[in-house]
Amino acid sequence: MSFSWAKPYEPKNSFTRWIDDRLPLPRLVYGAIGGGYPVPRNLNYFWNFGVLAGLFLTIQIITGIVLAMWYFSSVDGAFNSVEHIMRDVNAGWLIRYAHMNGASFFFIVTYIHIFRGLYYGSYKAPRELVWMLGLVIYLLMMATAFMGYVLPWGQMSYWGAQVITGFFSAFPLIGEPMRVWLLGGYAPDQAALTRFFSLHYLLPFVIAAVTILHIWALHIPGSNNPTGVDVKDERDTLPFHPFYTAKDGWFAGLVLLVYALVTFFAPNYLGHPDNYIPANPLATPAHIVPEWYFWPFYAILRAFTVDFILPAKLWGVLAMFFSILLLFFLPWLDKSPVRSGSYRPVFKRFFWLLVADVILLGWAGGSEATPIVVAVSQIASAYYFLHFLVILPIVSALEKPLPLPNSISASVLHGEAEEAAPIGQTKRRGGSVATATAE
Amino acid sequence: MRFILGFIGAVFALVLTISLINGVATYFSTPPEHTATEEFYKHPKHLALASDGPFGKFDNQQLQRGFQVYSEVCAACHGLNLVSFRDLEHIGYNEAEVKKIAADWKTQVPSINPDTGEAAGRKALPSDRFPSPFPNETAARAANNNALPPDLSLITKARHDGAAYTYSLLTGYQKQPAELVKKFPDAKTPQGLHYNPYFPNLNIAMPPPITSDGQVTYEDGTKATVDQMSKDVSAFLVWAAEPKLAARHASGLSVAIFLLFATILGYLAYQNVWAEAKRKVRVTGALDPENQAKTSRAKAKQGITG
Repeated sequence: MSFSWAKPYEPKNSFTRWIDDRLPLPRLVYGAIGGGYPVPRNLNYFWNFGVLAGLFLTIQIITGIVLAMWYFSSVDGAFNSVEHIMRDVNAGWLIRYAHMNGASFFFIVTYIHIFRGLYYGSYKAPRELVWMLGLVIYLLMMATAFMGYVLPWGQMSYWGAQVITGFFSAFPLIGEPMRVWLLGGYAPDQAALTRFFSLHYLLPFVIAAVTILHIWALHIPGSNNPTGVDVKDERDTLPFHPFYTAKDGWFAGLVLLVYALVTFFAPNYLGHPDNYIPANPLATPAHIVPEWYFWPFYAILRAFTVDFILPAKLWGVLAMFFSILLLFFLPWLDKSPVRSGSYRPVFKRFFWLLVADVILLGWAGGSEATPIVVAVSQIASAYYFLHFLVILPIVSALEKPLPLPNSISASVLHGEAEEAAPIGQTKRRGGSVATATAE
Repeated sequence: MRFILGFIGAVFALVLTISLINGVATYFSTPPEHTATEEFYKHPKHLALASDGPFGKFDNQQLQRGFQVYSEVCAACHGLNLVSFRDLEHIGYNEAEVKKIAADWKTQVPSINPDTGEAAGRKALPSDRFPSPFPNETAARAANNNALPPDLSLITKARHDGAAYTYSLLTGYQKQPAELVKKFPDAKTPQGLHYNPYFPNLNIAMPPPITSDGQVTYEDGTKATVDQMSKDVSAFLVWAAEPKLAARHASGLSVAIFLLFATILGYLAYQNVWAEAKRKVRVTGALDPENQAKTSRAKAKQGITG
């Protein structure tokens, strides 16, 4: 940890001292998530979602390992083995529904985590690598989720695999051989199912490993905060434990409650009924849609309908891949030295426009491709690219930010309730505290 | 690099604009044709079952009636290959009854003749799954005008609106509206299909299975109207697709209560821990140089010195 006032680990008794001399694991934990990690004191609840993502990764790994004890990765047996888990295995229905909805919740909390980073400028120096490692985790999550959805070998599993691996065939020359090589055949079949299962089991551990790098990189500069102002001295921070463990703890309970309500009372709400039909290579479903967390990208893919120099399909695939890749360049696209969106009035408006735009893309991607839906996804996709690649660089160069607080504790001291707001700029609750203290 | 990325963004936006203009032009030059399905398809009717809602449980009486409808009507063509006879014990049949139901089942379980090794059949046992009415897909299609009757084990989970859909479909058979044929002459129900506005393409291969009141004689004396039988069999199919539903609801309630308490306790602990942090802020607050400066400014304003 880079702060000089971070408390060093002090072994309490001879046993912990003995351990510390040989394997300083308790020291590592203490410095990472214990009293030895100073965290800005003004974090709001949006900062809880990183821990929540870790929680859902853990839930997915545990439920997934148990499911793998019963799951049978064969094209003839996969569907029935899942139903066997649902019907005959003790508490199998619970583990399977927990895993199914756990994936959705993993994405929900991760999306909130990503948008928090976008709003508060957490991708800016010195946290560029934290952001980029996070994007690597996100890409790995998408691959894992896609392959996991194929495993029950229902209709959407099969046709989803068909469509997604079909992306590769959009590339000229190498595309089709690559697709066949990836699938191990001309269409999704036993070879594809077995390798998807193998990779679906492997990738979560890769995610866990990259998560360690993500947290390591985060702990060098320390956490960002709602003001975006750098930590200046000890008064700006609180030790992670007990303050943020307590805050994360109760909030995790709340989110788990929502997760439990969905898992127990509406377990199939986020899924698609067609995946309860066994895979049939001869019957294409009326509407092939991916899981909800891929809808925005599916909308971008379908938005390209004209062969302009390149075939429309290739445009769609390129745009879809690029829509994520461009996020790696974000730290250099946004030139503003101010991190937090709270002090950037113009940026803030465009940020909320982006949120609305992504929700609109999600809606379009999940709907049947009628002319109106396609038109909406074309407009929304165009905005998505313009936002990051054109608007953001221009806004960040021209915008005049609001005055920043001198320090985090200044913002906390002069307005506990308005910690994220600039001093003297908002008078929502009982007038500006900055002037009130002067009287 | 920003210029290159900006250029890429502009190119994507340009191709999207061309796509949009092209789409709008196509929409006006060749407007999409209005179809009979768009106009005449009906969303499922409302169906209230005991298993609905977060506290829903199965009504065993109704499930048994529904099972009777399945075994006397549906089972002629539709399998239930994920459900075992022994599972019927969960809807109120006792062991002896289940044994008898299995032994009396019309379709035999495929097996081999122990002496000759030739294909044979045997009576079903409680541990067997419900045998399929046809030996294979070809036989099923041959017997059904080339349509394949789907297995019903998961039907209420594999269709939007589940039980409401099966109920609406079973009670939705009707004569094709004259208005439809007049407006869309090509959409006339073909020979061998049956008009049903609740079926996605309006014409279903399955002939109306439940046609008259009293088609099944209920053992519990309930009047077997077409509507009642359709409801009961839909309720039974909800159970067949999700036999653990009642257990799920019950444990969901306890888990939710547990998490609610844990969250409240966690919140109180959080309040307790942070009270200290917030006090510390106020105590040291007066020593904050910015605060001191403000105090001295305020004092100076009021003419107080020292």
